Amino acid sequence: MKALKRRTGQVLFALAVLALLIYTIFPFYIAILTSLQGGEGSFYLLQDFDFSNYVSVFREQPFFLNILNSALVSFGTVAISLLIAVTASYALARVHFRGRTTLLLTVLGVSMFPQVAVLSGMFELVRLLGLYNNLGSLVLSYTVFSLPFSVWILTTFMRGIPKDLEEAAIVDGATPWQIITRIFMPVLWPALVTTGLLAFIGAWNEFMFAITFILSNEQRTVPVAISMISGGSQYEMPWGPIMAASVIVTVPLILLVLVFQRKIVEGLTAGAVKG
Amino acid sequence: MDISTVSGPQARSLPVNRSPRGALQGKKRTGLSGFSRQRIRTAWLFLLPMILGLACVAGWPLLRTFYLGFTDSSLSNLDGANFIGFENYLVYDQGEWYGILADSLWWRAVGNTVYITLLSVSLETVLGVLVALILHAKFPGRGLVRAAILIPWAIPTVVSAKMWGWMLHDQYGVINDLLMSLHLISSPVAWTVNPDTVLGTIVAVDVWKTTPFMALLTLAALQMLPKDCYEAARVDGIHPIKVFFKVTLPLIKPALVVAVVFRMLDALRIFDLIYILTSNSEDTMSISIYARQQLIDFQQVGYGSAASTLVFLLVFGLTLGYIFATRLKFDGSGDH
Repeated sequence: MKALKRRTGQVLFALAVLALLIYTIFPFYIAILTSLQGGEGSFYLLQDFDFSNYVSVFREQPFFLNILNSALVSFGTVAISLLIAVTASYALARVHFRGRTTLLLTVLGVSMFPQVAVLSGMFELVRLLGLYNNLGSLVLSYTVFSLPFSVWILTTFMRGIPKDLEEAAIVDGATPWQIITRIFMPVLWPALVTTGLLAFIGAWNEFMFAITFILSNEQRTVPVAISMISGGSQYEMPWGPIMAASVIVTVPLILLVLVFQRKIVEGLTAGAVKG
Repeated sequence: MDISTVSGPQARSLPVNRSPRGALQGKKRTGLSGFSRQRIRTAWLFLLPMILGLACVAGWPLLRTFYLGFTDSSLSNLDGANFIGFENYLVYDQGEWYGILADSLWWRAVGNTVYITLLSVSLETVLGVLVALILHAKFPGRGLVRAAILIPWAIPTVVSAKMWGWMLHDQYGVINDLLMSLHLISSPVAWTVNPDTVLGTIVAVDVWKTTPFMALLTLAALQMLPKDCYEAARVDGIHPIKVFFKVTLPLIKPALVVAVVFRMLDALRIFDLIYILTSNSEDTMSISIYARQQLIDFQQVGYGSAASTLVFLLVFGLTLGYIFATRLKFDGSGDH
């Protein structure tokens, strides 16, 4: 009797896991299916391998350039925000000074900004700097929106590093810059990977600034490029190519998630739970 | 090793006092204050790039948005704008009220946004806790399942909106086909067009994409719980559901509250999903969509900036209200 009850419990649990997996993955399955189907076909089963949708994505728009743009912007954002965040969080985590908490809370406050609240001011700034229709405008705005959580996560991690290391270095006459590069960096790199991943995903996915600050097809990033794929008429959306483009953009992210799953989760939780 | 056991300040002050220069700087009383003062100066130097960056690229644009909201500036005429006070917000002219606060579309956008936020955040909190409980149990392949649920969170919102837009297509969509073969609906539903279903559809897609975030934060909280009280509950033979409501839920509540703040902030500024799924439909317009439409599509920078300011105030106010209501503490000073 007891064994039976346990058995039913296990089956129910397995069903729950299965339902969760289907719920999560089914849309991707349909997207891949649609992208590989030339014309009419079954809804649920893959019947032919037709790569014409993939070819047309690259032929109809400068999609390769779009991917390159997205990569450039994302890597640029990660590099700049990490550089600024590392030095700032060293000061925030390791030095006692007045106004530290206020500063940390202000930084956190910036991450609360709705993007649209800075849109017109940012638009003006971007034009002033001559960055309109230039990828630089995106690096600039994404960096500002990824800085707060980068600083927050790195500050949390740095607080966890034992003080002895740093004090020994100070006694030996190391400068703060040496302390950061020689002592903290080697210990900190897992946190840097985490923070960098989150910043990368954020920049890779952003849409509102990208559609507002960039005008020409050649300068566009991937999310905007996908949103712009359209057919001959308003009522005829080219779903095949759209799904193909979606699959292309999603694959690198899936790889990132599979490889760095633990790091991403660490970053998400360090940013929120300890907040 | 020795040195680190001596209390820090004394150890540090030694080399400074020994040098002749330290003696010359006698006015600074001790080497300690000189040292930590220099340390603090370095700290500010290190903070400078961040502070400058945030001030110039976040603070300044925000202030400019506030200011532009009080002008009649337009996209073609950004510089030659006139100060018009609160006219963008509300103005009485020849027996009629004008301005954002008199615009029924704005209030509709506010209603939509609040509706979407409330429904979506509460649904994904419940679902997120359920998913977290599943992932908290040990079973073969758990790592893979956890990676799988991260994927919806990681993909661009544009992609998830397109995927669901295709699945919800009224003629060729999978969802209609499934529901019809299950006899749940008799004829195809235009999910993203029909005013009765469109808000619910947006909530459903949003929940699909953001539940992972909720689940992973909850899971992290679950993994930090002490194991002994569960042992005690099991020995006493208390039903698992009762244990969940009496023990687990109160213990993970602080983490849930924080997670809800983050999700609330995100949901209140919802833009991409609606923009792609239903474009400029009034049935689904959110406050961010409204503000951007005025700003860029209609090129009314002044009016749009005023709307953006209202978005900011609304998001800020609702979040602060929530934080106070839940007595949430953001403690930035903890050293441990």
